[in-house]
Amino acid sequence: MTDSVAQASTIANAKAAPEAMAWDSGLRRLMMIYLPLGCFVLILLFPFYWMAITSFKPNAELMNYREHNPFWISSPTLAHVKHLLFDTAYPRWLWTTMMVAIGATTLSLIASTLAAYAIERLRFRGSPYVGLGIYLAYLVPPSILFIPLATVVVQFGLFDSPLALILVYPTFLVPFCTWLLIGYFKSIPYELEECALVDGATRLQILRRITLPLAVPGLISAGIFSFTLSWNEFIYALAFIQSGANKTVPVAILTELVTGDVYQWGALMAGSLLGSLPVAVFYSLFVDYYVSSLTGAVKE
Amino acid sequence: MSVTTLPAPALIHRQPNWLVRLFDYKPFLIAMCLAPAIGLLTVFLTYPLGLGIWLAFTDTTIGQKGIFVGLDNFQYLLSDPLWWGAVSYSVIYTGIATFGKFALGFWLALLLNNHFPFKSLLRAIILLPWIVPTVLSALAFWWIYDPQFSIISYLLVDVLHWKSSNIDFLGSPWPARFSLIAANIWRGIPFVAISLLAGLQTISPSLYEAAMLDGASAWQRFRYITFPMMMPILAIVMTFSIIFTFTDFQLVYAITRGGPGNSTHLLATLAFQRGIAGGELGEGAAIAVSMIPFLVFATLFSYFGLARRKWQQGEAND
Repeated sequence: MTDSVAQASTIANAKAAPEAMAWDSGLRRLMMIYLPLGCFVLILLFPFYWMAITSFKPNAELMNYREHNPFWISSPTLAHVKHLLFDTAYPRWLWTTMMVAIGATTLSLIASTLAAYAIERLRFRGSPYVGLGIYLAYLVPPSILFIPLATVVVQFGLFDSPLALILVYPTFLVPFCTWLLIGYFKSIPYELEECALVDGATRLQILRRITLPLAVPGLISAGIFSFTLSWNEFIYALAFIQSGANKTVPVAILTELVTGDVYQWGALMAGSLLGSLPVAVFYSLFVDYYVSSLTGAVKE
Repeated sequence: MSVTTLPAPALIHRQPNWLVRLFDYKPFLIAMCLAPAIGLLTVFLTYPLGLGIWLAFTDTTIGQKGIFVGLDNFQYLLSDPLWWGAVSYSVIYTGIATFGKFALGFWLALLLNNHFPFKSLLRAIILLPWIVPTVLSALAFWWIYDPQFSIISYLLVDVLHWKSSNIDFLGSPWPARFSLIAANIWRGIPFVAISLLAGLQTISPSLYEAAMLDGASAWQRFRYITFPMMMPILAIVMTFSIIFTFTDFQLVYAITRGGPGNSTHLLATLAFQRGIAGGELGEGAAIAVSMIPFLVFATLFSYFGLARRKWQQGEAND
């Protein structure tokens, strides 16, 4: 169906200038671009709308679609949010998640900056293989590792401690960040470092004064990405943390808030909304870095 | 480069202390720089990977050191209908979800590659499902799939009158399986679309102009220019997607926990159920290890996709 329409349009455009590649007919453009785009956006965003609207609906409206239009709230309430913040350990979970995410991000950033610098700038025999090895580490999914890692964590006496998560998250953050930063370091001209070397700077001075300041966008990308990935991590946090107080938000909502047979959808959705907010806010501040790191890491 | 740096300045201009000199000694510096990353990855990735394979050949349980039992765990798995169920659902799940993600994601990328107002805003909005923690959006899907208050059922029954009764999304095996696949596709589209969009933008417009002068149709332009030019990036993104879909855990654990009647177990959730929840570490590890052949296959797939063009030489990133 699409082909025949498109074909007709190309024949009509065959004599036009190259810029006329985009179909010029307004209606066709509407049908072929805006309508499908609108559907995509609607479907991709609907669960968030549903999450948000559920969080502020009183229970009476949640369970009664006949008298209340489910797509709107007639009498919004903060009861679910209040329940979450004052009757559960939610603030504590948020705090733990934040600390774990910040700790893991810092650790991974330091480790991967140094590694990327060594691989890309100190160039030694075998450096491409080290790079490849780190890249391959990214292909090892957590689902394979969590059982043996649980025993390792127990051996280290870190079971049920957020510190275990801070140490374990770099296994999937370091490969990603290193790969991203290698790409950024590549884009910094070698001549700058040579000048500094000639002027008598040490390697560490060069890293601190020249390479790092120029790689700041890369560091920001790697940092926000690591933060998001650690915030979202689930399987390790589920396997290594036992006590309610030490859980991270995604795990806690699923294991502590889902109780009994009657689900409190209002509170669950409010919890999900609040748990998504930090990353969403972070995201809105740094959209361009996200997009560039996502595409950069895939393409490198 | 090291040749140009050797002469005079280092000797004449400064008399650095031994520490500074040590850090300027290249092999030492390389070792120091690589130590944190390699150390972390060795202790928490390579070692557990080996340990996991070892555990798969033992009968370890939580709190009790196991002994080597050879292939017993795997033999048991081969005779276990639940494991076969998990394998086949993992394959179906990965197959359908990957196909859906790439078909829809590629389409979305092509749409986004057009010129229209608020493009960057739209691009930002579209990535949201991928940014938000999977478990939390999975909870939203769980609520959307609620047997009684599902908004989809409401739309179909009360608004559109297409069906007479509510759909029981998660109550019986096949609907539950497809509901999970739909949620996975929903979550995967943005990643695929944005990655492929980046690839689309690298294709030079002059190729299309040349093809149009030769009278190529839109389909031919897609088939003979867009598609071959996108092959390398498609191969990479697809490998990642296949690996992380096949080993998916969060969505299934959050929405169905393998139910109803163990019909929606993926290998990862089955491994969790046996290994951590059930305490049979050896058996859980064996289930996890049984994922490896599939992953190796996916990685090789990407490797040969990569080999088609010297992709890693990677010029500019725009």
